[in-house]
Amino acid sequence: MRYLPHTDADVREMLAVVGQPDLGALFDSIPAQFRLTRPLDVPQAASEYEIQAELEALAAQNEHAGARAWFLGAGVHHHYVPSAVDALISRAEFYTSYTPYQPEISQGTLQAIFEWQTMLCGLTGLEVSNASLYDGASATAEAVLMALRVAKRRKVAISGALHPHYRGVLETYLAALDFELVTLPRGADGRTLASEIDGDTACVLVQQPNFFGCIEDLPVLAAAAHEHGALLIASVAEALSLALLAAPGSSGADLVCGEAQSFGVPMGFGGPHLGFLTSRMSHVRQLPGRLVGETLDADGQRGYVLTLSTREQHIRRERATSNICTNQGLCLMMATIFLALHGKTGLRALAERNLAKAEYAKARLRAAGLALPFAAPTFNEFVVQLREPAERALARARAQGVVAGLALTKFAPELGDALLVCVTETASRAQIDRLATLLAGERA
Amino acid sequence: MSGNATRGFSYEEDLLFERSRAGRCGVDLPRNDVPEVDARALLGALARDEIAGLPELSEVDVVRHFTRLSTWNAAVDLGLYPLGSCTMKYNPKINERVARLPGFAHAHPLSPAEETQGLLALFFELERWLAEISGMERVTLQPAAGAQGELAGIMMIRAYHAQRGEPRSRVLVPDSAHGTNPASAALNGYQVVTVPSGDDGILHPKAVAEAMSDDVAGLMITNPNTLGIFETHLAEICDVVHARGGLVYGDGANLNALVGVARPGDLGIDVMHFNLHKTFSTPHGGGGPGAGPVGVKAALAPYLPTPVVERASDGSYRWQHELPHSIGRLHGHHGNVGMLVRAHAFIRALGPDGLKRATELAVLNANYLLARLRGAFHVPYANPVLHECVLTDRTLAGTGVSTLDVAKRLIDHGYHPPTVYFPLIVNGALMIEPTESESREGLDRFADALLAIAVEAHQDPETVRSAPHSTRRRRLDETRAARKPVLRWQPGGA
Amino acid sequence: MTIASFRGDAVAKYEIPDDLYYTREDEWARLERDRVTIGITDYAQQQLGDIVFVEMPEIGRTLDRGEPFGVVESVKAVADLFAPVTGVVVEVNGALAETPDGVNEDCYGDGWLVVVKVTETSELEQMLSPADYMQHVKDRE
Repeated sequence: MRYLPHTDADVREMLAVVGQPDLGALFDSIPAQFRLTRPLDVPQAASEYEIQAELEALAAQNEHAGARAWFLGAGVHHHYVPSAVDALISRAEFYTSYTPYQPEISQGTLQAIFEWQTMLCGLTGLEVSNASLYDGASATAEAVLMALRVAKRRKVAISGALHPHYRGVLETYLAALDFELVTLPRGADGRTLASEIDGDTACVLVQQPNFFGCIEDLPVLAAAAHEHGALLIASVAEALSLALLAAPGSSGADLVCGEAQSFGVPMGFGGPHLGFLTSRMSHVRQLPGRLVGETLDADGQRGYVLTLSTREQHIRRERATSNICTNQGLCLMMATIFLALHGKTGLRALAERNLAKAEYAKARLRAAGLALPFAAPTFNEFVVQLREPAERALARARAQGVVAGLALTKFAPELGDALLVCVTETASRAQIDRLATLLAGERA
Repeated sequence: MSGNATRGFSYEEDLLFERSRAGRCGVDLPRNDVPEVDARALLGALARDEIAGLPELSEVDVVRHFTRLSTWNAAVDLGLYPLGSCTMKYNPKINERVARLPGFAHAHPLSPAEETQGLLALFFELERWLAEISGMERVTLQPAAGAQGELAGIMMIRAYHAQRGEPRSRVLVPDSAHGTNPASAALNGYQVVTVPSGDDGILHPKAVAEAMSDDVAGLMITNPNTLGIFETHLAEICDVVHARGGLVYGDGANLNALVGVARPGDLGIDVMHFNLHKTFSTPHGGGGPGAGPVGVKAALAPYLPTPVVERASDGSYRWQHELPHSIGRLHGHHGNVGMLVRAHAFIRALGPDGLKRATELAVLNANYLLARLRGAFHVPYANPVLHECVLTDRTLAGTGVSTLDVAKRLIDHGYHPPTVYFPLIVNGALMIEPTESESREGLDRFADALLAIAVEAHQDPETVRSAPHSTRRRRLDETRAARKPVLRWQPGGA
Repeated sequence: MTIASFRGDAVAKYEIPDDLYYTREDEWARLERDRVTIGITDYAQQQLGDIVFVEMPEIGRTLDRGEPFGVVESVKAVADLFAPVTGVVVEVNGALAETPDGVNEDCYGDGWLVVVKVTETSELEQMLSPADYMQHVKDRE
């Protein structure tokens, strides 16, 4: 077997050193009645060539953004990833190492995390970022748990325009805890209304831009939350929006969480992605997840270490801020490289291009006679009202090589036959024109 | 020459922000084919100012920066990385290639099932294989890491008791357990009751029986435990827990000791997680992503997270979202799918015989190291070990050299240190897990290094205590980092 | 009083002043009229190592005997603080926010943690005497 280096002679000699007659004897501590006496019922071993062929065949059965005009987003976004990202994360020193427990031989990972923390603070307008959580949904749940600890209250006010999967994960995470969940209604323009907030409210959770693509007025929501002593949590499912929209932390958000998949991480059928969470320094001891800090070595040279670890499960056990251990380290590395490549000007330009493409798409759909139900401004995603069953329009577009968006029938039935359409820099003008034609119901 | 690590060709490298030069950029966008939009005019106060904290760099700058950073890391592809309970085995390269196939890497989780049949088929197969390997009935692939798997498992236990109309308030956790166990139980609102291990390092039915009551939802147990010792009384312990209506959660962190040899389900475990990044060779990525699928016996299947994959009578696959007793959704989508593809490729590569052989060799390697190191280091428990062994620094008493120093000195010999000071029940623990990937001669070199350090501790303790000497940075001041936390770069070092 | 204990290769020495009251959780208490100053013992600070953070209660908070009221943290360990007596917090050692190492340097002096005003000084009599505390330390060595 190609991954196993032992020759038969090695095994014999090693057994002699160990003092056992055969390999089976190494397992004598397992009571005989529990030893498996048959081979596992899994397929026989395959060569690398066979594995490649089999998995290529499975991969070929899936539609993917590389082969279609792609307008499906809803928290997972198709963006171009520069080749340097994959080239660099394919360095074995990055992807075959583990959590930087031994700082002297993990400075590469540690410095990159410190750089990520710095960039994410700049993007979100807050003071401290952790070293990743699993995904946007669980990061949002962790943010709410953190807010409950900070505020020591039991009511959670959630925007009705929060991604339904984020809400689902949040409800799963909170199921065992004593809390009350209220939903903030959506206004006619598609934005969240600041009602239902009172002195028992620990936090107000809104998505920015929200699930329907609408850009929330965070200062208004922050004022409403803060008036009652509640925290405002902004959950960002499309991290690229941070390059264009006012930093949530500067707009009054106390915690900013979400999903940074857009920064160089492939859609990958939903994972692995990159959850993040930033806060003010005053709440750092309630923050879940790992943190990297700067320090000096024995010679007085600058270096980096995991720090404030007493928050974490391996020290505080049942009283830890979270149970998270393994996080999304390599996805963080992808995002850090992606952000370094784009930098201050490139990221802004990329975000503006997304805005321009989406605005063009909105104009074309309007011109095709379709209604856009929400008046609030949007970034790269918006809702369009169809004149036919959404599934029928999607199927027609798919047959023409266009993945037109997400039918909202299941997620927001009150909108009728509506589609959530995401337009990123990857969509060409011709593809957008085609989308408009297809959704208008004419032959492409 | 103290070993095989050398200084090599190593660069200093500033932070990205210190390298930044106004006007540089590492990407070019395509020519814009739609009308420009004035974001300020459109969005007004909703638009932001300049993004503080982002650098300006060329592609060359960025590639050199991260390549240099990479050279400061230890890695499995550089050499033995014997972190106990982390199973740092070799990460096959074919896994990386297949995970990047466009039909996996660029698929969207909200594409309809009929457009993603290949992925659903892969999920279905992997679930079946993991169930077979563990002796479980059903498996969810959704949890993103072992700790999230624990969370899911305890949630299912909680849902099970709630459904039976007898909610319970406590969970038993042995004193040798990983910290994630009590933390996962607490997140479920459970009170954690610590159960002491016996003098022989394993859990005894009597201790469990004393802690067990009708208010205990279940027991969380790692087998083999964090000492690498098989929990010989596990079946009886499961009986004790089951007799009072409780369930047993198996922490699968150490499954690499059992695959193909024994199945947790046959031992009485009701629910367990798998760490695909340990047992099933997916890379650790500098801290993740991992994947933590959870297997359950039939009694817990109604509580699995949604959605679950089903095969229809026509052989096609579909998502089942309607599971009335499900604990709900744990992940925004379907979990860390890229890791599932890699694990699938690993199981295919080894097959039934290879999986068993890998287990046998992992256990042989740990026992071989133990045999070579016994005497120079103290062995706290006499019981036979499986895939990892725990040693202590007691043989170095009087030298002033501690476990931490031994660990740091190993770096000078070119080795990542083992897990240290864990499990907590052993003073000065060095927890070594070589995995099946290491050759005999590789293990000999590692053992020789540790033996040399043990001698050096007596002859030249100061050299050991001030190690490492060969790294770009020497020991780092963690106290300073924690007292005045500097968690981001700011211009002027403010 | 000082006790010495062999631990590994080194002789550990722990100061246990004669004029204080102690808890099994390694806190000390000093009574002056109706005010009780509370800190952690030399044994506790040596066990924890370099202290990096002290979490204090708010002034004015009422503590019940045995109630957790704060936390002392080193790099890799956490110790909860439990109120040895019932009373109202009237002072906290604000200097420790900036220099938590004060606890390591002078745990019975400048490294004190809080002062509580008590109504029932008899609660102190239920605490450990220096001799009892010394035995408690020895039992754990």
